[in-house]
Parts: sequence; C-alpha cells; structure tokens
Amino acid sequence: MNTKTILEILVKMHQKIEEEKDFLTELDNAIADGDHGINMAKGFAVVESKLSQLQEQSIGAVLKTVGMTLVSAVGGSAGPLYGTAFMKAGMVMADKSIMDMNDFLACMKAAVDGVMMRGRSVQGEKTMLDAMIPALNAMEKANSEDLPAKAVVEAGVKAARNGVEYTKTIPATKGRASYIGERSIGHQDPGATSFTYLLDVVAKAL
Amino acid sequence: MKKFINAVGDVEKEMIQGILKVYPDKIKAIDCDGVLIRKEKNENKVAVISGGGSGHEPSFGGYVGKGMLDAVIAGAVYTSPSADHIYEAIKSVATPKGVLMIPMNYTGDIMNFEMAAEMAEMEGIKTEMVVTNDDVAVDNSLYTVGRRGVAGTVFVHKIAGAMAETGASLEEVKAVAEKANANVRTMGVAINPSTIPAAGKPGFELLDDEMEVGIGIHGEPGVRKEKLKSANEIVDMLLEKILSDLDFSGSDVAIMVNGSGGTPLMELYIINNHVHDVLLSKGITIYKTFVGNYMTSIEQEGFSLTLFKLDEQLKNLLDAPTDTPAMKV
Repeated sequence: MNTKTILEILVKMHQKIEEEKDFLTELDNAIADGDHGINMAKGFAVVESKLSQLQEQSIGAVLKTVGMTLVSAVGGSAGPLYGTAFMKAGMVMADKSIMDMNDFLACMKAAVDGVMMRGRSVQGEKTMLDAMIPALNAMEKANSEDLPAKAVVEAGVKAARNGVEYTKTIPATKGRASYIGERSIGHQDPGATSFTYLLDVVAKAL
Repeated sequence: MKKFINAVGDVEKEMIQGILKVYPDKIKAIDCDGVLIRKEKNENKVAVISGGGSGHEPSFGGYVGKGMLDAVIAGAVYTSPSADHIYEAIKSVATPKGVLMIPMNYTGDIMNFEMAAEMAEMEGIKTEMVVTNDDVAVDNSLYTVGRRGVAGTVFVHKIAGAMAETGASLEEVKAVAEKANANVRTMGVAINPSTIPAAGKPGFELLDDEMEVGIGIHGEPGVRKEKLKSANEIVDMLLEKILSDLDFSGSDVAIMVNGSGGTPLMELYIINNHVHDVLLSKGITIYKTFVGNYMTSIEQEGFSLTLFKLDEQLKNLLDAPTDTPAMKV
C-alpha cells in the first residue's frame, strides 16, 4: 500500500461509517448515550475534507493527521481512542511511503497499545478492544502462515466479528455503558462494531 | 422529535451565541467553538475550568464568572469536548498560579481533559485535575469506571471557585475541591427521557407508570426500571441510598433539588418539602437549599437530590460572593 491506497481506504471508511451511522447510534443508544454513529460520521467527514492536501505526504504523516483530526473533530470517547490509535500507527510508519503487511501489523499493535493506555482498559470490558485484540492476534497468526495480505486481514475481520458477538455476552465495565452494568448484557458494543467496519474496509481494498 | 431548533447541526453553536447575548458583561467567547471564559482575567488566582457535553444547561456556561469558573468547554450534546478545544480554553485563562480542571467522571471527558493537560504541560502551564463522582446510584468498585459526576458537581465548582478567588495556591484549591467532592452525594430518577437533537429519538422508553431509577445526566437508562411511586416515596428511596452512603447524622448540609430540564418547579417544590421534613426528623440541619434546574439533561423529566455535608470552611466558601449567570450569592 502507498499513500494513494491509504487515502482511498480513508474515503471508503467514511462511506462505510455514513452507511452504518444510524445503526451505530442505535447500538449506543441501547446501552449508553447514543452518539457513536453521529460522532464517527462527523469525524470521518472532516478527515475526508483534509485528504486532498495529503497526497504528497508520507503514510506516517497521513495517519497522524487523521488521528489529530479525529481527536479534534469527534470529542467524546471515540475521538481520543480512535485518534490515539491512528496517531500511534502514524508514529510507527513515520516517513515511510510504502506499507507492507509487517508494517500494517506493527501499526495495529501500536494502535491496540495506544487504546489500552488512553482508555486504561483491557480485553473483556465490552469495548473496541474486544474486537481489536482478537483481530490483531488472528492477523499475526495468519501472517506467520504466509497467507496473502487480503487473507490475513480477512482473518482479522472474522476474529473482530466474533469479538463483537462476544461483547453481547458480557457486561460493560468501562465507558458509559458500565453504568447500567448487567443491563448491558445482550447488546453488542458500538466501538467494537465500528472498528470491525473499518477493518473490513481495509480487507475489501486489498 | 419536537424541539425549538433550526438546523440540527447548529444547536450547540446557536445556543452559545444566545448565552453570550444575555451576559455580554460577564462572559466572552474565544476563537474556538464551545469555549466561554470570564470577561475579566485575574492573573493572581488559580484558574478553575470545567466542561462536558452540551445539554446540561445552565451547566456549565452558566457558572462562568466571579467566584466560580474561569472557562468552560462545551462539546456536542452529551459528548465530551475535544482535547484541542480544552487546550485552547486552558491557554486562554491560565495564570502563573496554574489551572485546576474539574470535569465529571466520564471516560470521554477524562481522556480529553488528560490529553489537553499533556498539551498544556508542553507549554509550561501547570494543571491539576479533580474529577467529580457524586452519584451514589452507581456502585464504586474496582470493576467499573467508578461513579459518575452529576449535579453535586455544581457545589464542587462553587467551592473551588470561591477558594481560588481568595488567591489560594493550586494545591490548596485542589485540596478543597477534593474535600467538597468527598462530602457530596447525589441520586436521580426520571419519568420521561431526553432526545439528542442529532439522534432524533429518545434515549430510553418508559410506560406511563414507569420510572428509571439511578439515572445519569446523559439521557441514558438508569440502574433499574421501577413502577412510578408518589413523590414522597421516591424522596424516601433516594434519601435512604444517599444517607447510607455517607454519614450525615448531626451534620449541617446544603441540599440541591435539581430538575432535569422538563420537570416543573411545582414538582421540585413538592419534592423539596418532603426532603426538609425527612432530614429534620433525622436530626440533619439544612444550612442552605437550592431548588431549580442546575444540571439538566435537555428536556428530560426527572430530578436529582444532592446532599452536601458542610464544615465551617465549606460553609464560608459556599457563602462567598458569586456572580455568574446561573449562580449568585
């Protein structure tokens, strides 16, 4: 992947989030404050508006700009969490203009670490990490088996989807959904869901 | 959804403009959306700031002014403001004595305030943070994010603002804010939900004879759903939980009967009437009573009850002069 591919993926991420905006908001409404879809769509709209200025930039610079834009435009929890994820990935890529699967997995690893640090959270708390961590593990495994890039990310999407299903079975212990405790069981986590959409966009683009 | 609004996307901006036009002598905007600051800057005091999502009016823009807050940052409805906006607010009110940030305990708010503090630190601005968490409806355990900050936050802002006005150091203002937070307890109920303008649908649904108990301030469901009871019975239930959480016996308290936005004052007075009777019968002395919409959830029909245990220092700070749009002493 080069900068152009990354920019195309970001446009598709915005499209996907727009399509699923109401569904994400509905999911959030069931267990928390009902703004996830709205805020993500707002953030990715601002991201897309900045892409035309980034065509000549390194992948690292693009990802950092995306991260800072999400922090700034989204607010809430999704802003700092997704913002930190993209910024950490940007730091991994630095001034590189080509991203291979090892780079992509290093970015994902940095993103997971960043989200854990910023959200003071671990797996099993009904958050986006319940999709991110299984996805990362599955992709690392698939990559070690020398599968082609598309199959690697598809394995990640599959694991992320299972992670989303898993969030239905556990109560939230982090974020606003934790306030309703056991009542959050049965509902899937909106953050895990939106992460799965974004990863699926990457898989389809490969 | 029925609301007196224009475009959904303009709600927050037009509200801020509207507030500014009521109080041009007290507050002003800076070149950053959602930020309101005190008109006159005092370099010789700690700056006290807060913020959170919109929809809680008069929190927090209504508490900017002498004796209370120096800056507030409002995000989108029920959404934490972003870190860069908080950072801009910090920069505009920072003094050599430092900045005390007092957000409420919500994951998003904490993350954004922390990121803003990290940015301010790189600029050499000294910040400290006290997080309010007065809601007794939520269990405080290692396995949750802890209790929410709700209406009792207004008392913490009042106390910290008054202390800052005396010229106290950042450490001293922080200490008294922590003391205020440690002595304030709140619990709320709702009988009708609120609707986020951008979502267009209510945050929960209730039958005519149901209420949500242990409600937060973001239109989210409460801790449990129950059959609606009489005002007195609801007050008894809330007080039981509050009084079992902190020992108020024999003490002087300030109380707040806070409306969620859609509750008539008539009902808040009915509630207050019984709160006084019960506390009196338990030997708790009511030093000061606040009844009204202090921390709302847009149009939600509900109320919260706050007890604030006072010592001499907290009484003096509660009585100290305050001149803000929504709090005057």
